[in-house]
Amino acid sequence: MYDFAYQKPSSLADAVKALSADPEAKALAGGMTLIPVLKQRLNKPTVVVDLAKLGLVGVSVSGNTVTISGMTTHGAVAGDAGLKGKIPSLTELASHIGDEAVRHRGTIGGSLANNDPAADYPAAALALGATIKTDRRSIKADDFFQGMFATALEQGELITAVEFPAPEKGAYEKFRNPASRYAIVGVYVAKTAGRVRVAVTGAGQNGVFRHTAMEQALSANFAPDAIAGIATPPDGMNSDIHASAEYRAHLVGVMAKRAVARAY
Amino acid sequence: MPQVTLTVNGKQHTVEVENRTLLVELLREKLGLTGTHVGCDTSQCGACVVHVDGVSAKSCTMLALQADGTSVLTIEGLAAADGALHPMQEMFREHHALQCGFCTPGMVMSAIDLVNSHPQGLTEKQIREGLEGNLCRCTGYHNIVKAIAAAWPLMHGRAAAAE
Repeated sequence: MYDFAYQKPSSLADAVKALSADPEAKALAGGMTLIPVLKQRLNKPTVVVDLAKLGLVGVSVSGNTVTISGMTTHGAVAGDAGLKGKIPSLTELASHIGDEAVRHRGTIGGSLANNDPAADYPAAALALGATIKTDRRSIKADDFFQGMFATALEQGELITAVEFPAPEKGAYEKFRNPASRYAIVGVYVAKTAGRVRVAVTGAGQNGVFRHTAMEQALSANFAPDAIAGIATPPDGMNSDIHASAEYRAHLVGVMAKRAVARAY
Repeated sequence: MPQVTLTVNGKQHTVEVENRTLLVELLREKLGLTGTHVGCDTSQCGACVVHVDGVSAKSCTMLALQADGTSVLTIEGLAAADGALHPMQEMFREHHALQCGFCTPGMVMSAIDLVNSHPQGLTEKQIREGLEGNLCRCTGYHNIVKAIAAAWPLMHGRAAAAE
C-alpha cells in the first residue's frame, strides 16, 4: 500500500473541508472497498479522511419513512427491528451483503457513494425511490446513480443519510457470486400504491438501472406471469468469467419473477 | 510517526505505526501476536478475524489507526490465565474441527461472535451462513459446524442437548 496522510475530523464541516480542498483526498467510511483498493495500489490518495468520528450512525422510523444515517453498518441495518417492521426486504438485503465481519464495518453511505455495479444497496435505493441526503442537498436516487462507480456527488460532498419510503411490499433476489457474495444479478422489486419499480444491479455495464418494461407490466398486474414474456436484451450487460452477457440477461428475468413471487 | 492506543486482550498498548499500517500488521509485527493469520489478504478468507469492540472484523481490512481507542480480542486472549481453553477452543479440539489449522484462529473468533450474537439458539443453517466469511482450504467445515453447535450451550450456560 502506498502511504498517505490521515485525518479523523470530528465535525462534518471539517470533513467536507478536507475532502473539498484536495481532489486526491479520499473519504474512509467502513473501508470494506477502499482498503482493498489501496492494498492493490489501484488508488493513491494524498489524504484519507476517516468519517468514523462524525456520529452519522443510526436508523429512525417516522411515519412511513425510514432514515438511515450514512455511517450505519450493514449489520446494524440488518438487525434494526423498527426498520424490519417497515421495510423487511431492506433489512433482508443488508443481511446478505458480504459476510458477518464485513457487515460489522461496511456502511450504507460508503456503498452508495462507491456505486459498485454489483453492489446491493444501489438496487434498494433505486427501487424504493430513496432520497440521498448530503451535507448540502437532497438527491433523488433516480438522479444519484450516473454509471459504474459514478454518482451525482460533487468533490467533497458527503452522504449524511438515506431516506427510504416504505413500499406496500417488496423483495430483493440476488444471484450471488459465491466467493465475493456480490450480485452477479440482483433485482429489487418494490410495489407502492398503483406503481411498481424494478431495479437491477450486477447486470448492467453502467451499473444499477430501472427495468421500465417490467415496471409497466407489473404496475398493470403484479404477478410473475406478467413479466414472463419480457425479454431483457444482453446488449450493455456485463460479461466476465463468472457469467456471460446472455446469461446475465436471462438471470434478470428469473430474479425479477422470483422477487415478485416473494414480495412481502 | 502516528501513535495508536488500544487495548489488546485486556492490556493497553500505545504503538507507533505508519498511516498505512493494517491492524493485522500491528498485532503480528508490533505486538508479536502471530496467532492472527493473514491468508488471502483480500478480505475473503477470514483467517485474520479478530474482535473489535466485541464484534468480528477482518483485521487485514482495517487500518491500525481505525482501531485507535478500541478494545481488540485475538485468539491469544481466549484461554484463561491457567491455560484452560475457551469453550469454543475446547469444542474445536473435541470435535477435531481442524486439519492444517491455518484458518482456525479466524474460525474460532468468528464462531464466538456467532454464538454470542445468537442467545436464543443457533441452527446448523445459521452456523453455515455465519461462517461465509471464513474459508477452510482443507474443507473441514463439517466438524467446525459440529464444534460450534456443541459450544453454544456451554457458552450460554445451558446443558447440552442429548445426542
